Amino acid sequence: MSGVLLIFFVLAALAVFGAVSLILQSHPIHSALSLILVMVSLAGLYLLMGAEFVAAVQIIVYAGAVMVLFIFVIMLLNAGVEERTNFSKLATFGGIPLGLALGGIIAAAVARSSGHLPPPAASGAMSSTKQLSMQLFSTFVYPFELTSFLILVAILGAIVLAQREN
Amino acid sequence: MNEFLAKYAFLIVPIIKVAILLFVVLTLDAYLTWLERKVIAHIQARWGPHRVGPHGLLQPLADGIKFILKEDPMPLGVDKTAYFFAPFLTLVLALTSLAVIPFGPDITLFGYTTNFGIADVNISLLVLFAITALGVYGIALAGWGSNNKYSLLGGLRSSAQMISYELALTLSVVGVLLIAGDLSLKHIVEQQANGDLGLLGWNIIGMRQDGAGFTQVIGCLCFFIAAIAETNRVPFDLPEAESELVAGFHTEYASMKFAMFFIGEYTSMISVSALFTILFFGGWLSPFPASWALTHYLPSIILVPLGLWVIFDGIRYETIFGRIVLPGIGAAFTVIGVALFLFPVVDELIQGPFWFFAKVGAVLFFYIWMRATLPRFRYDQLMDFGWKFLLPVSIANVVLTSAVIMWRMH
Repeated sequence: MSGVLLIFFVLAALAVFGAVSLILQSHPIHSALSLILVMVSLAGLYLLMGAEFVAAVQIIVYAGAVMVLFIFVIMLLNAGVEERTNFSKLATFGGIPLGLALGGIIAAAVARSSGHLPPPAASGAMSSTKQLSMQLFSTFVYPFELTSFLILVAILGAIVLAQREN
Repeated sequence: MNEFLAKYAFLIVPIIKVAILLFVVLTLDAYLTWLERKVIAHIQARWGPHRVGPHGLLQPLADGIKFILKEDPMPLGVDKTAYFFAPFLTLVLALTSLAVIPFGPDITLFGYTTNFGIADVNISLLVLFAITALGVYGIALAGWGSNNKYSLLGGLRSSAQMISYELALTLSVVGVLLIAGDLSLKHIVEQQANGDLGLLGWNIIGMRQDGAGFTQVIGCLCFFIAAIAETNRVPFDLPEAESELVAGFHTEYASMKFAMFFIGEYTSMISVSALFTILFFGGWLSPFPASWALTHYLPSIILVPLGLWVIFDGIRYETIFGRIVLPGIGAAFTVIGVALFLFPVVDELIQGPFWFFAKVGAVLFFYIWMRATLPRFRYDQLMDFGWKFLLPVSIANVVLTSAVIMWRMH
């Protein structure tokens, strides 16, 4: 168990490091790379919980497809190093207390749940893939179809925007 | 000692397997470059490498030494993180993708049964796609980090090309998944055995004992075309099109860093060919029905005449070195062939890997053949072909396969 815990802490530390680095990097490409690090470590965390399919999809869709598009756009626009500005007053006086409050709430919620998580389903990945797809196409079929409708609308919007210039 | 071995076998065996696989694959990479140069040369009526060693067989070694000894200049104004990280990423991802490929059926050696490959993952197909999806970063970062407009164009082309062709690549596999109902490469191969059907049971033909199969010729063609695009090979090698972009994304790389891109490219060629073989051509399965016992001697039947011919050809070679080395190689082939004939146990053991590597070799030869034959796409043709032809056709294949399977099952 300690080995699993160790891997968890390594992956969690990587994810947090990536997230902080994403904000602090001054170059957009470096920020995007940090985001990829976050996503890959999240995939590792899913894998640790026995959700192999979700982990693979996380890498294929987010770290692979979505972030490639991000990088492609940043490279195409040839975005340079951002200039650092002074923090806005709102961020200093509103952001820090709110951030601390959010952290406190999450910590309290974690502390209250006495650590008795249900064990992950000890079944093969294919059966968990099968279960997932069953759920997706029966219980959650309306949210699923709505999501695909939303994506369709987004694609149409992109085409309309691209056509407008001609 | 035995207790220790039994207790830590789960750790020792994979390490040994990784070492063997790395050795085999890196050697294969090196000789793939030799084969490519030789085959292309002969197609174009040239000799190809023939100065270093007999028939140029030591050329890969000379190239390797050259890679290590060359100066490695770094251009001004590069983004150091991206510039140094990119070749490592390319090589590491290419080698990692080999870890989930099954090269043969499970083997038992000295009473220890293990899978013929490094990792036996339940979702190995998805793992492979995940690794391929990350592979684009190596090229994109190299192009962007080099501070060179040609490199940047190469990187941009590469990311656009990968996004476009990954869709067709993934969709063309769905037909196979519908037939197999499994994401494990090992199970996909085992399901193509289908009792005594032999070659007819492979997914490209798609005959099944329960009748619920359907030929995957369309999926196979789509997969092969998309796979060539994913590995940036001719006719899809626009990221490094030398007549337009100097050398594309690796213009500013020299020495070992260039070698890493090079090895990465050839390794991903090997892993894509292996995946192609597994998905559509029955992986390690023999093309003959299992009941045809005589076909088990095919490795010997091929190796012995090949060895004898190499001996016969070698003793007439121009240089003395060649007259010693070539007959030696031929003798080794002959001895291995005879040994396989005499020891049926060993012969059984190598049946799986023999067929697997024979098929992968054929696919690799096809790759090289295409490079020697086809001109490069223009960029708009590439995009049109990917989005307007390959993607609809692979979607149609998914619909058609599901419909046929539904119809045959009821």
